Amino acid sequence: MTRLLPHPILTPALTGVWLLLNNTIEPGHIVLGLFLGWMIPILTIRFWPETVRIRRPFVLLRFMGVLLFDIIVANFVVARLILGNPNRLQPTFVQLPLDLTSDLAIGLLANSITLTPGTLSAKLSEDRKFLLVHALNETDTKAMVATIKARYERPLKEVFEAC
Amino acid sequence: MLETVIPIALTLVAAAIAMSFWRLIRGPSVPDRILALDTLYVNTIALLVLFGIHLGSNLFFEAALLIALMGFIGTVALCKYLLRGDIIE
Amino acid sequence: MLEYFLSFLILTGAIFTLIGSLGLIRLKDLYTRLHGPTKATTLGVGSLLIASAIFFSTRDAGISLHEILITLFLFITAPVSAHMLAKAALHLNLKSLAKMPEDPVEEEQMQAVEEKTPMQNHIETPKTENPEPETKPEFTTQPTSPNTPTPNKTL
Repeated sequence: MTRLLPHPILTPALTGVWLLLNNTIEPGHIVLGLFLGWMIPILTIRFWPETVRIRRPFVLLRFMGVLLFDIIVANFVVARLILGNPNRLQPTFVQLPLDLTSDLAIGLLANSITLTPGTLSAKLSEDRKFLLVHALNETDTKAMVATIKARYERPLKEVFEAC
Repeated sequence: MLETVIPIALTLVAAAIAMSFWRLIRGPSVPDRILALDTLYVNTIALLVLFGIHLGSNLFFEAALLIALMGFIGTVALCKYLLRGDIIE
Repeated sequence: MLEYFLSFLILTGAIFTLIGSLGLIRLKDLYTRLHGPTKATTLGVGSLLIASAIFFSTRDAGISLHEILITLFLFITAPVSAHMLAKAALHLNLKSLAKMPEDPVEEEQMQAVEEKTPMQNHIETPKTENPEPETKPEFTTQPTSPNTPTPNKTL
């Protein structure tokens, strides 16, 4: 099973990308996409550092919903800050202590932080324990860290790492 | 309705491109210029998509996709150059 | 009705794209400027692409969803390029409006970075010194030339 289908998530994802690229749902393209999605993970298995295991798919779906909502909110927040007086902004750097350990989870957390209101991940420390976050307009840094940890880090930890 | 909205939107996106271009020329530091280039790529995608709707043609999709791919790779390569001094180690 | 919705999406997208680029001009330092294009532009272009997908799906017979591919790609790549830019700016020690972080771990890193940069200078300085030892043997191998009186002292 693991040799014939090394990445169970990558196969439908590749098939979906193939169908979107060709912009059809013809049966022939579905078969070709399934074949490509089956062959490419087998041929490229050596380049993948770790197999991804999603433990709780519903938590991931809920996380994506929260993220989408926050992206839309973030746009209005940043638009208001840009259109306001730029001299009154109070940008700060905050060190965010990380509980996550796997590469994929840290990457997803950094991406989520950048896409959400007024924050931007700037640098991961060498020992992977701190993420430097730049906030556009923030005075209460402790509340910001608590929000990020509760809202994004905990679901990611539940999904990608064993609790 | 669409016939009146699309020219307005095209004007707004063109103004956005002019602003990023200003930052590209003016930018005091190198990362500023790279950021301006990155924004230019994204604005160009917006312009191409709008133009595709305007002409009713599906042909601009591939160009937009290519610009998205190449823009991202270009930005990452330029940042790598700033960080390490060379691109391919 | 659909046309009004499409017009709304297109106008929102164009306005957000404009605001993102306006942030490039109005904000004062690089780290704050990074916020504008990554957020506003992403949603702006995203809604434009969704408008395009709806437009072509309703106009032609078949559905046309491939614009979603670009939207997904932009949503994945925009934070990555912003992160790389911020990292490059920190590496170059660009000045910021915000106070730089005072975490002990970060200070160690800053020291490590500062230790790295003199090391690079040390690497560079032998390169500049290298021609001199190379020229000295040339002088010693050519003692007969009349233009080099000083190496004769070493001989």
